[in-house]
Amino acid sequence: MALATTSSPAWRRPTWLTLPVAAGGLIILAWVIVALTVPLWTPYDPVMMAGRRLLPPGAAHWLGTDALGRDVLARTLWGARFSLLIAAAVITAAVAIGAALGAIAGFLGGIIDGAIMRFADVTLSFPPILLAMAVTASLGPGLQNAAVAMIIVWWPVYARLMRAQVLTIKEREHVEAAVACGAPPARVLGRHVLPLCWSPILVNATMDFGQVVLLAASLSFIGLGASPPTPEWGQMISEGANRFYQWWIAFGPGMAILSIVLGFNFLGDGVRDLMDPRTQ
Amino acid sequence: MSADPLLQVSGLRVTIPTAAGPVEAVSGIDLVLAKGETLGIVGESGCGKSITMLAAMGLLPSHIAVSGSAKLAGREILGLPQAELAGLRGKSIAMIFQDPLTALNPVLTVGDHLSEALRLHNRHLSHRAAAERAVELLDIVSIPEPRRRLSQYPHEFSGGMRQRVMIAMAVANDPEVLIADEPTTALDVTVQAQILDVLRRMRERLGLALIIITHDLGIVAGSADRLAVMYAGRVVEEGEAEAVFARPCHPYTQGLLAAVPRIDAARRRLVPIEGAPPSLTARLQGCAFNPRCPHAEAICRSAVPSLEAMGKARVACHLAERLSGSTSQTNKVEAP
Amino acid sequence: MRRFILRRLVAMPFLVLGIVTAAFLISHATQGDPLISVLGDRQMDNPEVVAAAKARWGLDRPLPEQYLVYVRNLLTGDLGISIRTKQPVTRDLFVRLPATLELVIAAMIIGSGIGIALGVLAARSRDKPFDHFSRLFALIGSSLPVFWSGLILLFIFSVKVHWIPGPGRLDARTTPPDFVTGFYTVDSLIAGDFGKFLEALHHLALPALVLGWAVMGIISRMVRASMLDVLSQDYILAARARGAREGRVLFHHALRNALIPTLTIIGFSFAYLITGAVLTETIFSWPGVGSYAVNAARNLDYPAIMGVTIVGGLAFLITNLVTDIAYAMADPRIDMK
Repeated sequence: MALATTSSPAWRRPTWLTLPVAAGGLIILAWVIVALTVPLWTPYDPVMMAGRRLLPPGAAHWLGTDALGRDVLARTLWGARFSLLIAAAVITAAVAIGAALGAIAGFLGGIIDGAIMRFADVTLSFPPILLAMAVTASLGPGLQNAAVAMIIVWWPVYARLMRAQVLTIKEREHVEAAVACGAPPARVLGRHVLPLCWSPILVNATMDFGQVVLLAASLSFIGLGASPPTPEWGQMISEGANRFYQWWIAFGPGMAILSIVLGFNFLGDGVRDLMDPRTQ
Repeated sequence: MSADPLLQVSGLRVTIPTAAGPVEAVSGIDLVLAKGETLGIVGESGCGKSITMLAAMGLLPSHIAVSGSAKLAGREILGLPQAELAGLRGKSIAMIFQDPLTALNPVLTVGDHLSEALRLHNRHLSHRAAAERAVELLDIVSIPEPRRRLSQYPHEFSGGMRQRVMIAMAVANDPEVLIADEPTTALDVTVQAQILDVLRRMRERLGLALIIITHDLGIVAGSADRLAVMYAGRVVEEGEAEAVFARPCHPYTQGLLAAVPRIDAARRRLVPIEGAPPSLTARLQGCAFNPRCPHAEAICRSAVPSLEAMGKARVACHLAERLSGSTSQTNKVEAP
Repeated sequence: MRRFILRRLVAMPFLVLGIVTAAFLISHATQGDPLISVLGDRQMDNPEVVAAAKARWGLDRPLPEQYLVYVRNLLTGDLGISIRTKQPVTRDLFVRLPATLELVIAAMIIGSGIGIALGVLAARSRDKPFDHFSRLFALIGSSLPVFWSGLILLFIFSVKVHWIPGPGRLDARTTPPDFVTGFYTVDSLIAGDFGKFLEALHHLALPALVLGWAVMGIISRMVRASMLDVLSQDYILAARARGAREGRVLFHHALRNALIPTLTIIGFSFAYLITGAVLTETIFSWPGVGSYAVNAARNLDYPAIMGVTIVGGLAFLITNLVTDIAYAMADPRIDMK
């Protein structure tokens, strides 16, 4: 019985590297590189005047200049630093706080579970943008306060997710075994339950990155986030809205937001497809 | 008995494209069903028995390649456009499925299902007339309080009753052929006998030809006129049921019959067939059964045996003639 | 099912209380003097106004008493006076609500209609070009900042090609139809003024489309996933075996089942739409609650901000409840527990 053998190609595409994952990953990687390195190579300073005001896109200024004569492309590329930084900070904090509270709630149950989940439910009862607006306005406009507001908006999502995971995992036999051996609750939680809970959280966090970028830009657009002259994308679009006929002012930052969020959505979509048992 | 068979399948081949390359699930099957006859198709899971019938009815997804011939009352139905096939399905040839819970639409009432079965093939039937006929049908399959049951949903019925509903839907338009794909597998043993009884009554009352697909020999013993045993996508033995049961010629059939636990014989150990059926992707050269066959020889490993006549049956085995002299087991399995 | 609805209704008052408490805490987180959250900087110099505010909101009393005063005021529908418009916030919201509702409902209709259609077609042509295209279309919809897409599309369609009229719900010189529902489209039809109806529709088109695009995306993905799941079920095969044709299988059998999980997504889309409305209205000069909220935020008009937030939270609660009830009614398998 002979089996046919194919000559092995030089490089075999790993199964997880599907088109959406690759596309998303590349876009995000590109922006991360831009965010990290832009001070080194951009010809124009994002906050200083670089040319005549309100110039349409041309050879010297590929995306034109804004109302204060600043180069739009430079400002757009610089904006990545703020958006990515905020998104990273908010997601990390929201996941940390949310997952911690969710794990405690799921593991301990009872009153603590009830209390934490009530908090989460009430927070989730508000439309996110309104809640973020209210908190930011109360704390005072500014990027940091906007970040705090977004963390407050986002933590319940991860609390719920983690709690659901913990509830499922803690019924598993190896957990029962650990408890039967006399392991203290903290150890059971930390060593036996939590390590298995992380994957849906990570998938969700990846997808949420894009949504946080959007929310941050929205808050800045309204005037509650970054303030001039910070080259934050939402802020720039707000300036662009005031200069309706100079479309390039809003075009740069808008395309930036679109491409980054699209990148995260591609990645998240691709990862979700990979994990969906039906498509395996 | 008329000379023309009601359903005639010849050289049916089903090829499924997979990531590992095309896989032949069914490799050239011939089947014949005469009017009013009951044919039992028997085999382990994965041998292709369900796929054969689905292919004949044109119910396989379009990316699966089907070749060969399937004739219903002399008319070729393989490759017919879907619109024409839809006219035949449920009217001339009907099918009931293994799990009656998943085979019924959860958001539609039983009455909706029956009305649909009727009105798909009788456009001018009014809703009221269809409902009346539906009540009659439920009565025919012995469902108590049929009128009340019409407005209930599938999940409100028991497993056995759901299968009766499926049978009622299948016979609604007086089909000529009824294919029952593992009709009792998902049911309790006590309910199995009831369902087989319903099928038998339908057959007598309507004179329909029945194909029972099953892995359980006990189901077809006593009710099948003819038997076809399938293994790894091919028919390995077929003929009159009594003959096959009394004198099985193919080693696989012998193994199947020997594995059936007996009440009437002295206590003895169960005799399973060694090994497992080949996976779809690992089809071998030669006879597919040879790794598990106690009599396998060199020729079995190199050439695929074809169906040859042997007394009242046909067998696909190189060694059938030689073996038939030595095998003298009588394995008459009683009807349930 | 009745018990299920009852359980949800019983939980409502607690959630409402939670919303109110949260709003109270937030409004007291304002930097410095809580009076600022009620009056704004400028009014602080006027001793009469300050005294009146203190009395009304109990701001010189201990915190728990303030909370009770707050709750009592809310129960009577008193959301405070807007610093910017000098009108009661409740009245401001009431006046502006129909505009937002009209926009959101139109966006919902467009979003779900096209979304469901796209989802069904994508499921049918799985892995073929159309499927990939609709996936891209959906992803772009959820990645676009609505305030930007609105801006760009408004620029293209109103300045460059003149297909869409200028800002607002009607042309500048047109008087609105007599108030019946507050929806200019519906009211013009009721008044029999077809020209005005078309004009209102014309103005409604682009903002509703921009808003609907985001929702279209998530709905079509959900419908596609649902349809693929349903189409692999045995009852679909059984329906075909009975003689049902492709169209009937798709719509009468498959879509009915696929829409059930989609209902939750449609309800959830409401959140998206509120977010979008807040941001889109300013771009299109749409005089609704959204632009009111944005103006309030820009001017640090705290009573207005809190008012919108509370009302938004309540609207959210109600929508979620309605969605849950609709889901329970649509799936006959959900029984009383």
